[in-house]
Amino acid sequence: MSKPHEVIIGLEIHVQLATRSKLFCGCSTQFGAEPNTQTCPVCIGMPGTLPVMNRRAYELAVRTAAALDCEIAEFTKWDRKNYYYPDLPKAYQISQYDLPFSENGGLLVHDPKQQIEPRFIRLIRVHLEEDAGKSMHDEAAGRDDSRIDLNRAGTPLMEVVTQPDIRTPLEARLFLTELKLVLTYLGVSDCNMQEGSLRVDANINLHVDEGGETVATPIVEVKNLNSFRAVERALEYEAVRQLDVYEETGQRIGDVPKQTRGWDDAAGVSRAMRHKEESSDYRYFPDPDLVPVRITAEQIAAARAAVGERPAELRARLEREFGLGGYDSDVIVNGGRELVDYFLELAERAGDGKLASNWLQQDVMRALNDRAITIGEYPVSAAALAELLAKVKGGELDRNRGRDVLADMEAHGRGVEAAMASLGIESVDDDALVALCRELIAANPAIVADVQAGKAKAAGALIGQARQKNPNVNPGEVRRICLELIEAM
Amino acid sequence: MSLTREEVEKVSLLARLRLSEAELDQMTRQLGTIVEYVELIAEVDTTGVEPMAHVADVANVFRDDEVRPSLPRDEALRGAPNHDDECYRVPAVMGD
Repeated sequence: MSKPHEVIIGLEIHVQLATRSKLFCGCSTQFGAEPNTQTCPVCIGMPGTLPVMNRRAYELAVRTAAALDCEIAEFTKWDRKNYYYPDLPKAYQISQYDLPFSENGGLLVHDPKQQIEPRFIRLIRVHLEEDAGKSMHDEAAGRDDSRIDLNRAGTPLMEVVTQPDIRTPLEARLFLTELKLVLTYLGVSDCNMQEGSLRVDANINLHVDEGGETVATPIVEVKNLNSFRAVERALEYEAVRQLDVYEETGQRIGDVPKQTRGWDDAAGVSRAMRHKEESSDYRYFPDPDLVPVRITAEQIAAARAAVGERPAELRARLEREFGLGGYDSDVIVNGGRELVDYFLELAERAGDGKLASNWLQQDVMRALNDRAITIGEYPVSAAALAELLAKVKGGELDRNRGRDVLADMEAHGRGVEAAMASLGIESVDDDALVALCRELIAANPAIVADVQAGKAKAAGALIGQARQKNPNVNPGEVRRICLELIEAM
Repeated sequence: MSLTREEVEKVSLLARLRLSEAELDQMTRQLGTIVEYVELIAEVDTTGVEPMAHVADVANVFRDDEVRPSLPRDEALRGAPNHDDECYRVPAVMGD
């Protein structure tokens, strides 16, 4: 039986900002170019060059800080973080040390499946820095050297550092999911993990309860986390491993240096990474090549005002104004701002949030998925779909006929009326409907007898026959009229 | 307070400089003089003076987010001790 303990997790997230050019020079940030074709004397660290700050990168960073409720500094500066590594051509990284552009703030983590209570995860800081290049070890060639591509060197990165507020691996995954959604809504990054636009490192240790005394175990930093699921799995593994190590060795925080471990997702294990030769001593100092940035309180207020509704606020609004459940609001908000706008217009026009939500999720989103298109490319406007929903709601069309009509609208880009006409759907006038029901009753004395004997369900067979004779009849109407006629017999 | 020999050894390691024993002694003495000179500043009463982040009293020098031509690759690689026409070649980078 293992000792009672609490898992303590903090995350560091590097996000590549969606700029066209690098942080301090005009080289392109486009992913996937031939190696070393997007570099210049500034980003490969030639002597005598002068970095100049990308205005857009700073604006995107401030927008993010505003959305994460950070305190935004009216004064921020740039520092050099000195270390030697082959992918760092200047032998220093331009980063922010003691005066980052923003601090504090946080993000409310929620769980659509409600496995956990919503929790507010505080942030320590968000700062800006430049990325390093990429090193590749050329094993295939059997050579004992590494290849360096500096296209990425100097790309603007935003580093988001959380407080060690996260208590479970699941919570870590949910935090990352929400953070990514916020960043995507803000348009500050494409958050593509495969292309390295979003990278996560996790710090984890345990607080073990030793008969009332809390003992902290050594902190481990986990790297090579290539998906949010990998973050969750690595942390699950690490929590168990650390407890085993603690029970075996009794090692506490401070007894051993902080360890870095790499996650092997295929094998499902973490492995110790080689220790750097000396403990980190980055000898930060202010970069004399770059001047500080000042921002006024008015500009900060304007940045906050420009944030708009964040995903959590949108979810709350969909639930409050349209009566949606937590699961439905989550699905729609996860679809992105454009999908939410489509829903809002649809729900307003249809006057029925739940009906709009059902059709959006079951029909529209399925179509988007099948055709691999965005809501912006979807051929049926919210206004046109709302007209269709009005007919379904009014009983003119049932769900299945409504689907046929929508399929026709999607395929031919027609309006509801035109689609119904092309499918030969016309509303059947009441006299014709009554005549049809009389005809069916006369032809089916056995069913009539069943209904009279109290089996109202038997009328279903009449509906089936009615639809065979005229596919345009409304099943609900047929049922109502048949039952009335039988009762009057 | 002057620099110790151990401090100079540590700094030389961080700077990837291999110093001989004689050079270490010399550097400790010379760097020590510089540090002592800088320490003179500590004698000035700076109460109420804001720390300076930059010698020039300017801020907010920005460029627009516009892509400009990069160096041709052969030119970028030309000064490297070793390359394969696509990438720089460096002694093996292991670990992360």
